[in-house]
Amino acid sequence: MITLGDYLIVSGILFAIGFAGVMLRRNLIIILMSLELMLNAANLSLVAFSRFRVLPTGLPDYNMQVFVFFIITVAAAEVAVGLAILVALFRARQTTDVKDISSLRF
Amino acid sequence: MPAFLFWIFALLMLIFGAAVVVNRNPVASALSLVVSFLGLAALFMSLDAYFIGIIQVLVYAGAVMVLFLFIIMLLDLRAEERRQISWLTSAGAIAVALALLLQIFYVVGHFKSAQQPFPPLARSTTDDVRNIGLLLFGNYNLPFQIIGILVLVATIGVVLLSRREPR
Repeated sequence: MITLGDYLIVSGILFAIGFAGVMLRRNLIIILMSLELMLNAANLSLVAFSRFRVLPTGLPDYNMQVFVFFIITVAAAEVAVGLAILVALFRARQTTDVKDISSLRF
Repeated sequence: MPAFLFWIFALLMLIFGAAVVVNRNPVASALSLVVSFLGLAALFMSLDAYFIGIIQVLVYAGAVMVLFLFIIMLLDLRAEERRQISWLTSAGAIAVALALLLQIFYVVGHFKSAQQPFPPLARSTTDDVRNIGLLLFGNYNLPFQIIGILVLVATIGVVLLSRREPR
């Protein structure tokens, strides 16, 4: 029998993978992908809680699914802006490695 | 949903999620991310959240991943050359991630309702697009419009950022 805890554990492992990716990798594109993994781990636990809290009408709690919808929208906007910054940075510096971009001023 | 399907999709998602971090080639990372998101969409559908599952496939596996691959091709990124890795930094990063994981295990293990199975739903569970739409345009109308403004601002910002400087 699959319980709420199983989904929360899977979501936690996915979050830890994304967190390790942000800390370990130095390619900016991979860091953005790891950020997406972390956001999706949060989405998974929100949807699991939504399914767990069944209302008296017999429907899941849709408030959290609306929240997940907002998170997906914001994450898509964030990726677009992040990649645009990456392109602008690549034009100026010809690199995507965070170790090469340590100065505040060009 | 049968238990073995949950474990198959969860393992698929976690293995390819780890492949995103481990792969050196950015294209391989992006394609692993697609598989990971598809597994996640299957998990959403196993939780009777069909709308969120479809949105996950359309927005992430469709739009966002095309954007990632397009940028990788545009910048012509090769697999990054092996650099001298600072072992202290890597060990610190892995230690912090493991500490986070242990804490999540501890909290979930001591969470009473995490051991209970999911309560059953009423019969009509397939029309959740309608239910989410009613909430979105009724209760959450103002946040929805604010999100619209946010997307507009992001669009203008992206156009402005990626424009070539006129000389």
